[in-house]
Amino acid sequence: MIRFILLQNRQGKTRLAKYYVPLEDSEKHKVEYEVHRLVVNRDPKFTNFVEFRTHKVIYRRYAGLFFSLCVDITDNELAYLECIHLFVEILDHFFSNVCELDLVFNFHKVYLILDEFILAGELQETSKK
Amino acid sequence: MASTTSSIMDTLFQRTLEDLIKGLRLQLIGESAFISKALDEIRREIKSTDPHTKSNALQKLSYLSSLHHLDMSWAAFHVVEVMSSSRFSHKKIGYHAASLSFSDSTPVLLLITNQLRKDLTNPNNEFEVSLALECLSRIATTDLCRDLTPEIFTLLSSTKIFVRKKAIALVLRVFEKYPDAVKVCFKRLVENLDSTDPHIVSAVVGVFCELTSNDPKSYLPLAPEFYRILVDSKNNWVLIKMLKIFAKLVLLEPRLAKRVVEPVCDHMRRTGAKSLMFECVRTVVSSLSDYEEAVKLAVVKIRELLLDDDPNLKYLGLNALSIVAPKHLWAVLENKEVVIKWLSDEDPNIKRESLRLVMAMVSENNVVEICRVLVNYALKSDPEFCNEILGSILSTCSRNLYEIVNDFDWYVSLLGEMSRILHCQQGDEIENQLIDICMRVRDVRPELVRVGRDLLIDPALLSNHFLYRILSAAAWVSGEYVEFSRNPFELIEALLQPRTNLLPPSIRAIYIQSAFKVLIFCLHSYLLQRESTTSSYPDTSALSELASKREMPEGSDSATFKAPSHSEQDEVFNPRVSNQSFEELSVGNGGDRTISHGQTSTPVTSENSFTYEAVVNHLNLIELALGPLTGSHDVEILERVRNLLCFIELIKGEVLECLVQKEENLNSAEMKSSKIIKLMSDAFSEELGPVSVSAQERVPIPEGLVLKENLNDLEMICGDIQLPSSISFSLVSNHYEEGVGASLPDLQSKEELEPPSEATSLLAEHRKRHGLYYLSSEKNDIVANDYPPANDPKLQDNQNNDTEDLVKLTEQLLVSKKRPNQAKPRPVVVKLDGDVVPVSANRPGPKDDLLSGAVQEVLLGSDTRTSTSRSNPSDKSSSKRKGKEKLITDPSSELNENLGDAEKLDHENPSSRRSKHRTHGKERRHKSPGKIREEREENGQKEKKKSSHRHARHKTRQRADVPLNVVSETPVIPDFLL
Repeated sequence: MIRFILLQNRQGKTRLAKYYVPLEDSEKHKVEYEVHRLVVNRDPKFTNFVEFRTHKVIYRRYAGLFFSLCVDITDNELAYLECIHLFVEILDHFFSNVCELDLVFNFHKVYLILDEFILAGELQETSKK
Repeated sequence: MASTTSSIMDTLFQRTLEDLIKGLRLQLIGESAFISKALDEIRREIKSTDPHTKSNALQKLSYLSSLHHLDMSWAAFHVVEVMSSSRFSHKKIGYHAASLSFSDSTPVLLLITNQLRKDLTNPNNEFEVSLALECLSRIATTDLCRDLTPEIFTLLSSTKIFVRKKAIALVLRVFEKYPDAVKVCFKRLVENLDSTDPHIVSAVVGVFCELTSNDPKSYLPLAPEFYRILVDSKNNWVLIKMLKIFAKLVLLEPRLAKRVVEPVCDHMRRTGAKSLMFECVRTVVSSLSDYEEAVKLAVVKIRELLLDDDPNLKYLGLNALSIVAPKHLWAVLENKEVVIKWLSDEDPNIKRESLRLVMAMVSENNVVEICRVLVNYALKSDPEFCNEILGSILSTCSRNLYEIVNDFDWYVSLLGEMSRILHCQQGDEIENQLIDICMRVRDVRPELVRVGRDLLIDPALLSNHFLYRILSAAAWVSGEYVEFSRNPFELIEALLQPRTNLLPPSIRAIYIQSAFKVLIFCLHSYLLQRESTTSSYPDTSALSELASKREMPEGSDSATFKAPSHSEQDEVFNPRVSNQSFEELSVGNGGDRTISHGQTSTPVTSENSFTYEAVVNHLNLIELALGPLTGSHDVEILERVRNLLCFIELIKGEVLECLVQKEENLNSAEMKSSKIIKLMSDAFSEELGPVSVSAQERVPIPEGLVLKENLNDLEMICGDIQLPSSISFSLVSNHYEEGVGASLPDLQSKEELEPPSEATSLLAEHRKRHGLYYLSSEKNDIVANDYPPANDPKLQDNQNNDTEDLVKLTEQLLVSKKRPNQAKPRPVVVKLDGDVVPVSANRPGPKDDLLSGAVQEVLLGSDTRTSTSRSNPSDKSSSKRKGKEKLITDPSSELNENLGDAEKLDHENPSSRRSKHRTHGKERRHKSPGKIREEREENGQKEKKKSSHRHARHKTRQRADVPLNVVSETPVIPDFLL
């Protein structure tokens, strides 16, 4: 199950955050900070999986944006890696050549797309077709 | 009028979300000021009666809340208002804000039930339904779930796929919050498994995957449906989830494993998707590891992963290998060279995994070599990984009472070596192991004392605070087993060296106590030795002079501990002389004492090192080093320093005097002190073994002793009397000493404290004079830097060499697996009373009893109904199942009448039965299906009789189980799988 999804840029600014488990605001802030710290300094040659507290974060970097998914430790890493890519493709399709600014200015649309994509921490769409 | 105009103005000139974002982007500094200004606007606008203005304000607020973590709980009521708007675009904003900001404790949740119900049942606009579903999936509380279960139930069979799949995903949350919903929704959920739409199946499988991971047992009856999906589905995502479900289920039902292993291997061979392939591998290695063929195939696939360039695949390959390692070590050995190669990978994740695997390969034959290479490797790696290496060496070697360690001398010196590694932060663990080994393994104590001495004597180590715990262990060992020491005097010096003032008080106290023990040992040996060779003493007069000279520093140090006879003497002495002798001592005290005291530099036998001179020197040294500590504020230090100094005071006069005198008086004069020393030595040499945790229980409570009386009244009576804090505890030795001290008349109250002012002034004076030789406490850090670090980190350049080294090494080791037996037999490792015998872990009781109970209840009913209602003749499973149903219906209907009774009777039965399956899994699998069927029929009839018998047999395997009756149990094993 997906615990949360985060889109952050290299400076650590959060562009999108959706939590599927209830968290306090301060806790969210901490989580975002920690996840950013975890992923930002990793070499592109490193694995895309990092352990995060009792879960694991699966992240992928597109240009300056990090897409991070926090999932259960037993979940399939590769599948979620694919899932991030699928999400990016959907965004790309919707905004036709998506860039960070699209996400900044289309806050609500991104959330709507995300809600169609993931619901209650479970993936809704598994392929482009 | 005014309010209307202002609202129109608001509407016209309201900032949109885009304006807000643009504005925010322009603020390079002062962002927070901008936000608070925007927030003021929002607060005003959100109160507006115009729905557009209001929703726009809410949108801005939710933006700020989600990305800038602004509190928006104050706006909860406005959220509800916007949610109830009739326009979709407004409603959308409202719902989004709700799912963002509502929590279980939001009070307005009570208000939205009807709104949600209305939206969920909206027949015209499926998007509104989906909005409500999405929101509910995030904010649903127990109350909401209870009230909306009927609506969700309806949506589960909605004709609109778009809506139905969301309803299915929502069910997970509903079940979790309100288990009773299972009764209503479960059947329909199961029906959705048969759906032809891939979205629906994917959603249902997702739900079941989550449900199964929490409580696999309840979903065993659904195995036929799951199996069908596993075989038929083409969707990788669904297959992965299915494999996850089966990985849980086959652990409970070995016969299922037999059926599943084939399709899993099929998928593994055929699929092109790495994710699915990996999931198959993981399923096989974690749950189907009894099937050799499958494991072999999985290992082949793992090897492919390991050799891939993609770090992700490498990592996962290592990961899978470490799952397989405990059962099939050959798989790791086969890939050892790759594993070791990745030990020097850049990615810490990969390094960590391969380290884990290297440790899995360790056996008693190769532990020495692997540890040696790993320690060398640790020296070169970054601090974090270095500690991981050390940690895993420690935990591997200590596993199961040092099972793999044959040569404890080696292991102890390895521990010593590890402590000296610059980044070592494993102080606590090393400390524990040093003491643990010391207690358990008698033969290793001499070596342990040697290692302890090496650690104690190195002043550089005292500056590393990670090592303090190790040093305390070393100090304790040296004190406790000083008889193995080659040079006890050296230990005293090491224990009292000036840099010990860097230690925290608790550890310093251990140092002092150890010094005490060592001193007793020295004196005792000295006396023994002298008794035998009294005549061989050198010129006593020269010695006596020296002795009185040596007395000086002590005299100037603090007058408190001076025996009256000596103080007389001291005062007439020339200060210059005393100064000299003091300097001499301090030099010895500092760095090169090994030179000033000839005997320390060369390993001499303990026999001839206990010279008179050495004894006196060290008595003085102790007084000198500990004198300043008599003013310590730490109770532990103070206690021990006083013990030690008083003891010296007690014996010193006599020891010295008796030497000056002629031999004839010797015996009588020395009687007392030697008696004391003997007593003390006896006290210390008494070995204190560990005490069992349950020892207290074995002590019978004497009659008439009231232990459980309530003492609260006492507190009332003496409430205002402050009870003395009872922290102080004394060791056996202290009792001895006190007892002896009291019995000796000439030593009465020398240890009485002098007025502190006098002592401190004396101390101050002394410090003024000899300040040069003191280490000021403020300059601790500077002092610490004076010494070179214990180890210079070596250059990183020859990492590769090292890896090659490792590769070569393991090749050697693993090829020649059978090595000649060690020359040394493994020493006895004492098992202590309190040791926990490793027990096979009992499974904890299911967390959500309610949920699994409800599910089983439903399955018991639904299983018969669904399978009979299904009329598709082509469905293989269902037709077979039908046959089975008939078999079972008889006993079940029979038993259904007294269902309540059966439930009580067989409360524990299912678990015991399943455990039986597990233990006898192998025999069972070979039986023909027909036989099992017969057997089960019998079971059905004999269930009642047998249950009590089994109950007794499996009493030990107690598991918290949900009540289940026979009827639900019998159809649990899907017939077609047999």
